[in-house]
Amino acid sequence: MSSPALDTAVLRTEVRLFRREPGAIFWILLFPTLLLVILGSIPSFREHDDSLGGLRLVDTYVPIAVLLGLILGGVQAMPQTLTGYRERGILRRMSTTPIRPVTLLAAHMVVFAGAALASALLSLLVGRLAFHVRLPEQPFGYVVALVLAVLVALSLGSVISALSRTTKIAGALGSAVLFPMMFCAGLWVPVQAMPHLLARIVGYTPFGAAAQALDQAAAGHWPALTHLGVLAGWTVLLTTVAARRFRWE
Amino acid sequence: MSVIEVSELRKSYGGRAVVDGVSFAVEEGEIFGILGPNGAGKTTTVECVEGLRVPDAGRVRVTGLDPIADHEQVTRVLGAQLQQSELQAKLTVREALELYATFYPRPADWRPLAERLGLTEKLTTRFAKLSGGQKQRLFIALALVGNPRIVVLDELTTGLDPRARRDTWQLIEDVRAGGVTVLLVTHFMEEAQRLCDRIAVIDRGRIAALDTPEGLIRRSAGATVVSFLPSAPLDERELDALPELASLAAKDGRITLSGTDATVNAVITLLARHHITAHQLRVTDATLDDAFLDLTEATA
Repeated sequence: MSSPALDTAVLRTEVRLFRREPGAIFWILLFPTLLLVILGSIPSFREHDDSLGGLRLVDTYVPIAVLLGLILGGVQAMPQTLTGYRERGILRRMSTTPIRPVTLLAAHMVVFAGAALASALLSLLVGRLAFHVRLPEQPFGYVVALVLAVLVALSLGSVISALSRTTKIAGALGSAVLFPMMFCAGLWVPVQAMPHLLARIVGYTPFGAAAQALDQAAAGHWPALTHLGVLAGWTVLLTTVAARRFRWE
Repeated sequence: MSVIEVSELRKSYGGRAVVDGVSFAVEEGEIFGILGPNGAGKTTTVECVEGLRVPDAGRVRVTGLDPIADHEQVTRVLGAQLQQSELQAKLTVREALELYATFYPRPADWRPLAERLGLTEKLTTRFAKLSGGQKQRLFIALALVGNPRIVVLDELTTGLDPRARRDTWQLIEDVRAGGVTVLLVTHFMEEAQRLCDRIAVIDRGRIAALDTPEGLIRRSAGATVVSFLPSAPLDERELDALPELASLAAKDGRITLSGTDATVNAVITLLARHHITAHQLRVTDATLDDAFLDLTEATA
């Protein structure tokens, strides 16, 4: 007999605490859209480009902005919070109550996932309203790709937290992972503009696959099974590693 | 009825036995103290009772339940204040009390509890902004908010000022008066002597003695201390020959010796025989401090 892994009171508390973190709110919720607005304000970003299949650069940056909130939150904010909960004995204190400490981790992950999805929605809406970026033409495929991307970000964050003894280590590890992940998502060069071989390699990374899946769904296609498979595979692998390596104290 | 039973408990870390065959039973409604020097295995012992650690060997039962196998049931009847733990930095005192109250089937009303612990003015303060003593009091409140049958308090008054400490002692006595069994870990003699019905002195992972505070003091060799300034010099050999003498010291003409009541009587007889007056005569009972040093030294 054990209590469920989600508890509404714990979840409510974590939502409340998230609202008290201006840093996390900025980087996860606002920064990606802000970046989209800045880039979209550059005239050349709004010119159709044949090398992008007639798309404008700003079109390709919407999926990147959608993923950026996920990456920043998943590898920077979340692992530090989770590691801190362990490092500071908050999980231990909770183990002496009828509520299991996993409840706190789960609640924080749900809050993070909610914030990342809200951030994605904001990027899509601002892209549509400010820069006439078409909303995903295959919305169902887009949602599937986005949910898988959220799951892969959660599992990546959990692995970082599981491997980090202290919040400092989690911060350092997060930063080390952050830049390659943002590169793969196409922050410097959108995946469509990458050389073919590079795009293929990047397609096997979690966020490279996510970027390509979102792109396909945005253009009205069902995302390729290889991309969705890569996302699902990473999620299973990372979750397994996190579950095996996580220490409660 | 025993609400906590520990028998032959053993726990090692990296080959070093931290708890090495500890047994005791805590009766319902008593305040039971675990006293010992730092690193004696006190915290590890109570962590096994709380179900935070899995014993290497031995048996632990809390109201008949196994703290590991029946962890959730045990957490409903046992409230814990840990030696080291924190809460989320931006959680307020009120939110923490409300949240922890939701964890239990029949929680206590947290308002009077906060009031008793002097937290009413701090209800909207975030955890990170609390002083050490306020954090400590919040954790005591959280240990009690579930209306437990047993409460385990580890280093209860560490970080509290003398006044808050006395208030907390009063609170613990009130809690016990309400029928709650208290298991108290401390290295603070005054606290143990004032609060505990019985004390287990743990040293190097073993129980060195288990008795009432008075019993422990009586047990120590120098239970009574006599000191005086003799009006004329005394023959040291005669003093040395006193019955049941535990210690003897002379400094600046003042003689201090310890022993039993028999020793005290013999000193008085000796002084009378030599027509020596004892100026500034003081006869005091040894404290738990003395007993503790005696007990833990004996095994060193």
